[in-house]
Amino acid sequence: MRKIAIYGKGGIGKSTTTQNTVAGLVEAGKKIMVVGCDPKADSTRLLLNGLAQRTVLDTLREEGEDVLLDDVRKVGYGGTLCTESGGPEPGVGCAGRGIITSVNLLEQLGAYSEDEQLDYVFYDVLGDVVCGGFAMPIREGKAQEIYIVVSGEMMAMYAANNICKGIVKFAQSGGVRLGGLICNSRNVDNERAMIEVLADKLGTQMIHFVPRDNMVQKAEINRKTVIDFAPEHPQADEYRTLAKKIHENKMFVIPTPIEIEELESLLINYGIAA
Amino acid sequence: MLLRHTNTEIKPRKALTVNPAKTCQPIGAMYAALGIHNCLPHSHGSQGCCAYHRSTLTRHFREPVMAATSSFTEGSSVFGGQANLIQAIDNIFTTYAPDIIAVHTTCLSETIGDDVNQIANKAKKDGKIPKGKHVIHASTPSYVGSHVTGFSNMTKAMVTYFSECTGKPNGKFNIIPGFVEPSDMSEIKRMVKAMGIKPILFPDTSNVLNGPQTGRYKMFPQGGITEAELVSTGDSEGTIALGPLASADAARALDTKWRVPCQVQDLPIGLSATDRFIDALRIVAGVSVPDEITRERGQLLDVITDMHQYFYHKKVALAGDPDHLIPLVEFLVSIDMLPVHIVTGTPGKAFEKRIKELTDHLPCPVNVKVGGDMFLLHQWIKNDPVDLLIANTYGKYMARDDDIPFARFGFPILDRVGHSYFPTVGYMGGIRILEKILDVMMDRMDRDAPEESFELVM
Repeated sequence: MRKIAIYGKGGIGKSTTTQNTVAGLVEAGKKIMVVGCDPKADSTRLLLNGLAQRTVLDTLREEGEDVLLDDVRKVGYGGTLCTESGGPEPGVGCAGRGIITSVNLLEQLGAYSEDEQLDYVFYDVLGDVVCGGFAMPIREGKAQEIYIVVSGEMMAMYAANNICKGIVKFAQSGGVRLGGLICNSRNVDNERAMIEVLADKLGTQMIHFVPRDNMVQKAEINRKTVIDFAPEHPQADEYRTLAKKIHENKMFVIPTPIEIEELESLLINYGIAA
Repeated sequence: MLLRHTNTEIKPRKALTVNPAKTCQPIGAMYAALGIHNCLPHSHGSQGCCAYHRSTLTRHFREPVMAATSSFTEGSSVFGGQANLIQAIDNIFTTYAPDIIAVHTTCLSETIGDDVNQIANKAKKDGKIPKGKHVIHASTPSYVGSHVTGFSNMTKAMVTYFSECTGKPNGKFNIIPGFVEPSDMSEIKRMVKAMGIKPILFPDTSNVLNGPQTGRYKMFPQGGITEAELVSTGDSEGTIALGPLASADAARALDTKWRVPCQVQDLPIGLSATDRFIDALRIVAGVSVPDEITRERGQLLDVITDMHQYFYHKKVALAGDPDHLIPLVEFLVSIDMLPVHIVTGTPGKAFEKRIKELTDHLPCPVNVKVGGDMFLLHQWIKNDPVDLLIANTYGKYMARDDDIPFARFGFPILDRVGHSYFPTVGYMGGIRILEKILDVMMDRMDRDAPEESFELVM
């Protein structure tokens, strides 16, 4: 079983990319569980064709400690198992603690056990890793591979670099490794080259360049992944390719985050300022 | 030899405390809240916090200390404690009917960012707080400050929530007694009254935590400052705050809020500090010191002179709270003792400076450390032995291991009685401190005296 965590700046398209990639892997016959680690609980919407999910923490709150796995896990597209951590409403409580609680609970309930026969677990983690809770999915014994979703926009690259700093901390003492950057294109000039250089400087690879296509939005409005909604569309093939590349990926590294000045000069040399 | 691993080699430590010389904020907040009449302290956090604070206070005072808790679960830590606190407020007013609930926070509720003020307002809007009843609160994360800070924060909350100014002076003086025993609070009241001043003393735990056994249990004992008196503090002529760390914030808040002039004094422990307190009272009241007080001063002076030979150049190690230690060290120096090792766990840089000023003329080096612990104190003692140790109950391990005469002083005292009934403030309190010191030191002399010099009269 491979456990994969997806990180990246807020709004970069982590959930969309994750679910579309998962759909690609499902098509290839893999059995997958997706764990949404975002208080908004929208990480499995496309796989479940809507926000029909009761979150782990809602269930815990309403029913107490006596929770069954089936209370918090739903079967979505192609047999994917979907769970959402959920969390407090904005402005109160502790969302980070929520992730710790729900990941622990899933473990206790045996969501990862052998007899589930999972090929993959995907953790879709909220934007910035602001506190220890958001690093829960990459603690020892949890996800071992991380992919960072990024675009050619400055702040997205900045966030990616920051996330790498977090990974280094966990990688040095544990087994977690960076598998690569996924470029979710925003049609920024020279984007592909720039992200390739960034990946190189971080000591990793750009595993795939996902072009921007309105079909993604169209599928999303219909609460579906592209592969589900328009299987013949070229964008569906992009996600299939990404899924295949992740499946075959052998390059797992401890990243080498760069200084902010270096990041800026990268933008000047390759980016919009070039 | 429970502390047999304490060695003499002192190495710099940054992130490690061994046997701290302080405890956590909520315990002070809970103690202060018990000094309000008909008030139930409430701990906004998990049950364990509340249980610890209640049990330590109960063990120290040997009275049943009541407090409620928000009983956080895993869920409350994630979703916030609002639902629990509102439910608690409802339950408490329905079941136990206090006039006031004094909420203090804990590490957990602080870290997840619960806004107690907002929650209390919501409880009020939802009609959970009956008319004429109140919920007050203080922020007391334990990773900031110490029990003294918590006491200070809750005392300040009494001012911010209750004090009003009608523009009509009430002819009284606010006295904030600091983190002292109930016995000390009544002694301070007695002295103030003897000076012809009507005090509003808050918080006031006398008759709450040292009340009589009547055969009948009362959840809210007779003592404590009343709400009406707290409201009236804004109309007082002035405020005297005793102990800068525990009391100054509340006094300054009154000054800021209603322009009630304040002065901050040391706790009246020992001769000079009590002199300053009495002098301050004399000046604000415009009276001469009555014979009653002058006689007590003379009695203290008499004990000092009678027994001076036993104090002279005896080395003392101390651990405790800054507000206590400053006047106590001053007192010891004034009777020619040598306080050579002094630690406090309560932060505040001013402490080291004050202690150095008080001890700079002593004929020996003096060790003082803010943020120090009992381990460091023990190491100092091993390197430079002392004739007397003054500390709270936790000092008994050092005293036993190194066979040091030991006088209990401060908070908590878990293994002896008396402290909640007999004061150590004021002139009479000074005599009691000397009595305690002499008892342990002279018992030691008797124990160790060879038969031919075992004296009947000392």
